[in-house]
Amino acid sequence: MARIEVPMPQMGESIAEGTVSKWLKAVGDDVARDEPLLEISTDKVDAEIPAPSAGTLAQIVVAEGQTVEVGTVVAWIETEKGAVAQPPASDAAVAAPAAVRAEASPPPPAPAAAGAAAPVTAEERLRQKSTPLVRRIAAEHEVDIGAVAGTGHAGRVTKQDILSFLERREQAVEPVPAPPRPAPAAAPVPVGIDDFWATFYGQVRHPEFAVRAGDRVEPMDRIRRLTADHMVRAKRVAPHVHSFIEVDFTRVDRVRAASRARWDQQGVKVSYTAFVAWAVARLLREFPMVNATVSGESLVFRADVNVGIAVDLNPGLIVPVVRNADELNLLGIARRIGDLAQRARDRKLKPEEIQGATFSITNPGVLGTLVGMPIIPEGTAAILGTGAIEKRTVVVEADGGDAIAIRKRSFFSLGYDHRIVDGADAARFLARLKELIERFPEDA
Amino acid sequence: MPDPLMRADAETRSRSLREPAIAGSRTLAACWLGRIAYPDALRRQEDLVRQRGGARIGDQLLLLEHPHVITLGSAARTEHVLLERSERELLGVELFDTGRGGDVTYHGPGQLVGYPILDLKPDRCDLHAYIRGLEEVLIRTAATFAIRAERRAGFTGAWVGNDKLAAIGVRVSSGWITSHGFALNVSTDLRYFETIVPCGIAGRGVTSIARLTGAAPALAAVADVVARHFRDVFAYHSHG
Repeated sequence: MARIEVPMPQMGESIAEGTVSKWLKAVGDDVARDEPLLEISTDKVDAEIPAPSAGTLAQIVVAEGQTVEVGTVVAWIETEKGAVAQPPASDAAVAAPAAVRAEASPPPPAPAAAGAAAPVTAEERLRQKSTPLVRRIAAEHEVDIGAVAGTGHAGRVTKQDILSFLERREQAVEPVPAPPRPAPAAAPVPVGIDDFWATFYGQVRHPEFAVRAGDRVEPMDRIRRLTADHMVRAKRVAPHVHSFIEVDFTRVDRVRAASRARWDQQGVKVSYTAFVAWAVARLLREFPMVNATVSGESLVFRADVNVGIAVDLNPGLIVPVVRNADELNLLGIARRIGDLAQRARDRKLKPEEIQGATFSITNPGVLGTLVGMPIIPEGTAAILGTGAIEKRTVVVEADGGDAIAIRKRSFFSLGYDHRIVDGADAARFLARLKELIERFPEDA
Repeated sequence: MPDPLMRADAETRSRSLREPAIAGSRTLAACWLGRIAYPDALRRQEDLVRQRGGARIGDQLLLLEHPHVITLGSAARTEHVLLERSERELLGVELFDTGRGGDVTYHGPGQLVGYPILDLKPDRCDLHAYIRGLEEVLIRTAATFAIRAERRAGFTGAWVGNDKLAAIGVRVSSGWITSHGFALNVSTDLRYFETIVPCGIAGRGVTSIARLTGAAPALAAVADVVARHFRDVFAYHSHG
């Protein structure tokens, strides 16, 4: 009896690794030589890999979804029929993923092998993709999610959908007429294709102006259009107020100088923005109305502190989000901002990384601007703008008298939605922020 | 000091690997098929892959356009489809689950789709080289329309600035027969791309020949240009 290894093949000179995307055979299946055994994917390529030899698929070493280097053994083929032998002891480490997979795989009917799964249409795939919470509710009440009308994204079943479904099901049992179901919060279904696009873009109509000879007319690309619509809606809905304060960075500079060597060793660049984000994340817990939004007739106070950091793409603007920023220390925030900003510039952010901000920071000061009056992103209550940090002559008290000193200072502006944040709240928030930055803790 | 004769022999061998005898004598049948529904084109490809694998036909280049369709790859994240069912029906956009890997893609009128069904054996068994070849075809095609497209490290396709002009996604069978291929935006209504998050990349745009040049050439004419560059780049006999 001979065991033949199936290595991750070299599909191209510059391809160093591949991901197993699908096993076309299950352990125990007979395979013919050159019969397709598995599918792998590399950079934009799917490839079917043939069996190097006839026999029985004895062991799958690399599970679907795993990426391994070229040459790694992905499976073993037994060239003679018989019991599936234990892999040689030296393979124990390599075999581990397969063992883990076997334990983790769900009980029948859901074999790991392809082809056995019930055919699922693309439509069904979209509908079945509900959140774990919705799936759990469905399982608890023995509801087939497919039977529930979805009003969520792409027809998905939302928590509200399944709760209404359960409510109606209960009412159907009792001889009580069901109240009319409240209309979903989604926009009304448009009537024509042109109306569709107007709705899709959020119903913002940008007025047109005459084009003059020699002008260049360029359609807005996706980011510009989304940004334009968003700014109009944000400014139209939320009554903006801006308050300003001047913050001294002398202390922050001292903390930075004292820790720079240590941070350099750890390969992290701790920018002023990281200091500000750290301070803001701490304060937002003290000021729930600033970490909130007006939604319909309600106020929604957010449970998480997710700080959006505006990044200039030149051209374009994107606001990646530092999630649960209040749980990170200064170094953690700096690292996260550095990573997000880099990937924003490389256009490698995932959609979920630009969603869910509960407060935002923008830094017009980085380009020398003294102070800005930023627009509050939709669905939040406030945004902080940080102006240029520069040396200024200021009057300080020294030895019981006034003296002129040189200090690094910056103007901060807080743009806030006056429906939910009162002027005094904003003033208190800014005063606390100034205090926290000017007495920045060394152990932050 | 190695034996000069042996070295000469080694050089000959390495040259023969680089320039196999069959390059230049290969033939390619390229045809413009007009508008074809996505599942029909998929079946046609599968059929041709089988025939090519059995050496019953030579290399093929199918050029066509699809009606509006959003395709889901096996790794597709459904939240990358931004349309609800009623909206898709209104717009006449089909949804289709493909066998391929990757995420979400849009195809539609005005987009030139190319499906090369090639046998990469024996001398072209390098998928990166194949993809770089497809990129070269698309870049040369763009250049024919006075557009400077380029490669972007880590992002397969042909790019103009931060916008994707042409997308690539290929499949190769166990016998090194290729299918799927590329999609070049000629006069595509680019708004439809906004109904998906293409290949999971947020914050990148798409563009088309029509947007870049202000003129919308006929797809059949662009298909001719693509076929010509395809023959040049992949070294097919010019009257194949």
